[in-house]
Amino acid sequence: MDGDINATAPGTTPPDTDPARKRRVHGMLKLYYGLNEEGKTVDQAESMDPCDINGPHFDPEVYLNKLRRECSLGELMDQETCMVKQIRSLDSDMQTLVYENYNKFISATDTIRKMKNDFKKMEDEMDCLSTNMASITDFSARISGTLQDQHAQITKLSGVHTLLRKLQFLFELPARLNKCLELQAYAQAVSSHRRARCVLQQYSHMPSFRGIQDDCHAIMDKLAQELRQKFRDGGSSAKDLSECVELLLQLDEPAEELCDKFLSHAQSRLEADLLGLEAELRPPLSYGPTAVTDPYTGPAHRLSVEPTAGSPTGPSSLNNPFLSPSSRTDILEFIDRGCNEFVSSLCLVIASYQELFVNRPQEGELASKNIPQMAIGKLHAFVDALATRYFSLVERRIQEEKSVGDNSLLVRALDRFHRRLQAVAKLLPGSAVPSQGTEIVVRAARERIKQYLAALQSFYLNSLTDVRQALAAPRLGGSSAGVGSHLGGPATGKEAPASLPELLSTLSASILNQIKSVLASVHLFTAKDITFSNKPYFKGDFCSHGVRESLVVNFIKFVCQSSRQFCESAGDRGGSTPPALLLLLSRLCLDYETSTITYILTLTDEQFLVQHHSPVTAVTALCGEAREAAQKLLNHYVKVQGLIISQMLRKSVETRDWVNTIEPRNVRAVMKRVVEDTTSIDVQVGLLYEEGVRKAHSSDSSKRTFSVYSSSRQQTRYAPSYTPSAPMDTNLLSNIHKLFSERVEIFSPVEFNKVSVLTGIIKISLKTFLECVRLRTFGRYGLQQIQVDCHYLQMYLWRFVSDENLVHFLLDEIVGSTAHRCLDPAPMEQSVIEVICERGATCIPVFLPLTVPPASLSSCP
Amino acid sequence: MEDDAPVIYGLEFQARALTSQTAESDAIRFLVGTQSLKFDNQIHIIDFDDENNIISKSVLLHQAGEIWHISASPADKAVLSTCYNKSEASTLPFHVTRHLSRVVTCGAVWRMPPEWESGSHESPDDPHNSHNPQNLELLCHLDNSAHGNTSSVLWEPMGDGTRVISLADNHALLWDLTESSTQATISSSATLEGKGQLKFTSGKWSPHHNCTQLATANDTAIRGWDLRTMSQIYCIENAHGQLVRDLDFNPNKQYYLASCGDDCKVKFWDVRNINEPVKNLEEHSHWVWSVRYNHSHDQLVLTGSSDSRVILSNMVSISSEPFGHLVDDDDLSDGEDNHQYDKSKEPLQDSIISTYEEHEDSVYAVEWSSADPWLFASLSYDGRLVINRVPRALKYHILL
Repeated sequence: MDGDINATAPGTTPPDTDPARKRRVHGMLKLYYGLNEEGKTVDQAESMDPCDINGPHFDPEVYLNKLRRECSLGELMDQETCMVKQIRSLDSDMQTLVYENYNKFISATDTIRKMKNDFKKMEDEMDCLSTNMASITDFSARISGTLQDQHAQITKLSGVHTLLRKLQFLFELPARLNKCLELQAYAQAVSSHRRARCVLQQYSHMPSFRGIQDDCHAIMDKLAQELRQKFRDGGSSAKDLSECVELLLQLDEPAEELCDKFLSHAQSRLEADLLGLEAELRPPLSYGPTAVTDPYTGPAHRLSVEPTAGSPTGPSSLNNPFLSPSSRTDILEFIDRGCNEFVSSLCLVIASYQELFVNRPQEGELASKNIPQMAIGKLHAFVDALATRYFSLVERRIQEEKSVGDNSLLVRALDRFHRRLQAVAKLLPGSAVPSQGTEIVVRAARERIKQYLAALQSFYLNSLTDVRQALAAPRLGGSSAGVGSHLGGPATGKEAPASLPELLSTLSASILNQIKSVLASVHLFTAKDITFSNKPYFKGDFCSHGVRESLVVNFIKFVCQSSRQFCESAGDRGGSTPPALLLLLSRLCLDYETSTITYILTLTDEQFLVQHHSPVTAVTALCGEAREAAQKLLNHYVKVQGLIISQMLRKSVETRDWVNTIEPRNVRAVMKRVVEDTTSIDVQVGLLYEEGVRKAHSSDSSKRTFSVYSSSRQQTRYAPSYTPSAPMDTNLLSNIHKLFSERVEIFSPVEFNKVSVLTGIIKISLKTFLECVRLRTFGRYGLQQIQVDCHYLQMYLWRFVSDENLVHFLLDEIVGSTAHRCLDPAPMEQSVIEVICERGATCIPVFLPLTVPPASLSSCP
Repeated sequence: MEDDAPVIYGLEFQARALTSQTAESDAIRFLVGTQSLKFDNQIHIIDFDDENNIISKSVLLHQAGEIWHISASPADKAVLSTCYNKSEASTLPFHVTRHLSRVVTCGAVWRMPPEWESGSHESPDDPHNSHNPQNLELLCHLDNSAHGNTSSVLWEPMGDGTRVISLADNHALLWDLTESSTQATISSSATLEGKGQLKFTSGKWSPHHNCTQLATANDTAIRGWDLRTMSQIYCIENAHGQLVRDLDFNPNKQYYLASCGDDCKVKFWDVRNINEPVKNLEEHSHWVWSVRYNHSHDQLVLTGSSDSRVILSNMVSISSEPFGHLVDDDDLSDGEDNHQYDKSKEPLQDSIISTYEEHEDSVYAVEWSSADPWLFASLSYDGRLVINRVPRALKYHILL
């Protein structure tokens, strides 16, 4: 192919040579300028394009062929002229460069010639210098040779001088030490001695030195003695003491002994503090300011204490505005004093001790003795022993803090106590003291809770006594006030029941207030600014176990329990507990069940943020207990009240001669008493309990139902009683009646409402009436009297009960049984009965006071 | 079980006196005295055929008056005593009753006519067999007008039927009867002294200590008496909150006594320590009128109350067999001994076995049968007598 190209384009050979030449020029230029300019083209050339005229791989053949193939003739011509132009410009460039280079070469040659001349001059000077130096060396050698002898002598002399000075120091040492001793400049003495000690030790075989050494020893012994004496005296300040100790240590005194001495010295001072505290704990010898003992004045000064509490003799009494002249120091003051005196001295002792024995930089032989460990051990034992005594004093004082009036004082005292112990903890890490202190605080808190519980309980019992008195007081005046009261009307006398709801609300409010104030007091223990409140005990156990369980829950349980005791301990005869109190307590317990318990516990939980780690008593369990107590109390109330009425009825039936009684003209007074008592009970219960549900009763109950009861049933029952088959009939009738009536539970539990309570009481009373009637034998008028009485009861009692049919049924039974027990059963005319009862209702005789036994009542017409 | 169903017998009259025929140890027989002011009162002799579950009765007339209390001689089947009301006005014209009528309660010892049993062989369903009933034969009166109303007559337990105590108002009178019981003489007496009108409500002759002790109840107090000296041994004041209605001695434990009363409670006493009852039962909802220990298994206690219920309780903890019947291993191999009991058994809990609600009126008397220890009768005021059995499961539990 190449052959074809060459053959077809022979005319292109001249431009072929051109690029080759150009390439050569190019290469030379490149050589001259380095690669700076051409770097780029080199890179481009690496594209290996043989047609790039500037590239290194330029192939003229290929380029020519390419041109020839691609370009028209005109273009080829243009290309040729362009190329020629370029070649020419390149040639002129080259010429310019060559010229410039030539000039530079010429100037360089000139410079070199000039330098050659300068160097020649310098060489001459250097030669001159070297000869001078040689002569100087020569002279110097000669001088040193002459001075050698004198120099040796001077050196020797100066050595002797130093030695002599040292010797002089040694010889003067005893005197100097003595002087120091006189001036009490112990530190200087010790440092002097230390300097000389080694030398003396070394040259002790020489008699003169030995003498000095002995002297020194004697003096230093004396000095040590004096130091020890000073140390022992203890009158000096802590700083003096520490200096003493330091010196003694330097004198090789045994560190252990020093520790002991230091501590025993400190102990004596601390014990003085403790004694001062203990003196306060002692019961006051007499009232008045002499009871305020002051540790600073001591027993000798005690008599001179001025009779005012603020006497300037005692700083403690000055500091305390709380101090009343007749009482002993309060707990805050006590703790304050303990902190200010004992704890701060203790801290000081610990600090200086540590400074002296523990934190000293150990040098030489002292280091090997391992003093710090020994010292720390001793310190711990010392602190523990003292702290134990201190704690026992504090605990004794805390135990004396019985009054629960103001808790803040105690809490503040405990806080201060605890806070100050933290200082000890910082000074002496690893000591058991702070944890013991916390223990004391915890114990105190526990004790406090117990005291609060006891206080709450006694408060509760006291309030109950108050209520009891309040209940008893108006009753005494009430017996006369009851004279004018009318049946069915509000019985203003007797029980003075108007005050019952007030009593209840005062009672429950005062209990609640008391609980709240106790909670507030106890809450101080967990206040944020109190240091120990962050202890885990106070965050958890104290709140849930202490406050919630042992305080609040226990108190509620106590309330329920003591309420229940009223039912049991009161005995079966009704006991000494006034029924009104039973009723009131029952309502109280019921209120507790419905709201108060939940309220109190929620309050507690909120105030104390109780987190229950351990299982706690559930609200429902407490409520159940309260309800049970309420039920029991109410049942007991019904029983007691029922019994009171029963007794009246029973006596009235038992003590009368029913066979020989006269024709009834009036309702017996006992029945009026029964109705009146029932009414007052109704009022009393109505004050505390809701009405309750009754079965619907007919609009005109007293009349209509009774007329049915007496005319229809009663007539049929007694009319055929002279026929031989009568007993069967009556039995049959009564049995049929019973078939359709429910069994009457007499002493059954009652519901929490008025109607149920009254129903219970009336049931008990009427059943008693029935049973008593069955044990007696009646004459004709006896039966009639019972008829009248029952009608009277019928007229008034139906309104109290939930189901009037119950009253009808029981009264029916009574009249029926009476008829059975009657020798001459001739019932009274219904109209006559009604007339008698109406009359009895309108003109009520003056009721006899309670003290007259119902037996005498029954003898009234 | 079918045969555990109660058997009910109705009297025409109201009644509150019930006793089992103490001297009869084969037949199950109860005596009931009626209370009627208008008709002749009767004593119903009620035989119960355990196998066939059939009741047969015979009636004797007790014309003296309504019967408040009845008790049978422990020695002679035919002899019994009653306390009855004698109203002297019942026969007089009405308009003068006020001046003359007087009701007194008397005690008397009677003998049943020998032929009564023949009457009972008639069909029990025949309503006419009581048409011409026979009269009781009066043996003697236990009367002493100076002593007032007789509330109960007690025979010497397991005695020969010659010693009787009657309680009259505030006197306890010990009578000696002749062998034929035709004559009674007061051998000694004790009087309750105190404020007010004291009256014995009930009493019980202790079967222990050679029958030398008597317990009485008046108002809320229980008193023990030594019959040899007729002096008081102990007095439990305020044993019950209200009236004490009945007493019974534990047949196996000599110092144990049960009482019941108007406070709805049954109390068990150890008379050596009278400050506190050993046990309290409060199951009835009204006055408890009668309490009875089972004659052989004293853990079974029966009570009747005016709430119309009869309650059978199992007072194991204070019974003579607190751990069941303890038997040696040797005895266990003995085939004849039925009372085998597992020694390792836990002490049983006191419990209510059963409450019987067949009555519709107040139950004034309950009584165990003297012949069959697993059977008892209760009597309510409307004249209904109910015979019940101890539940079988319990019976076997006690026996085995």
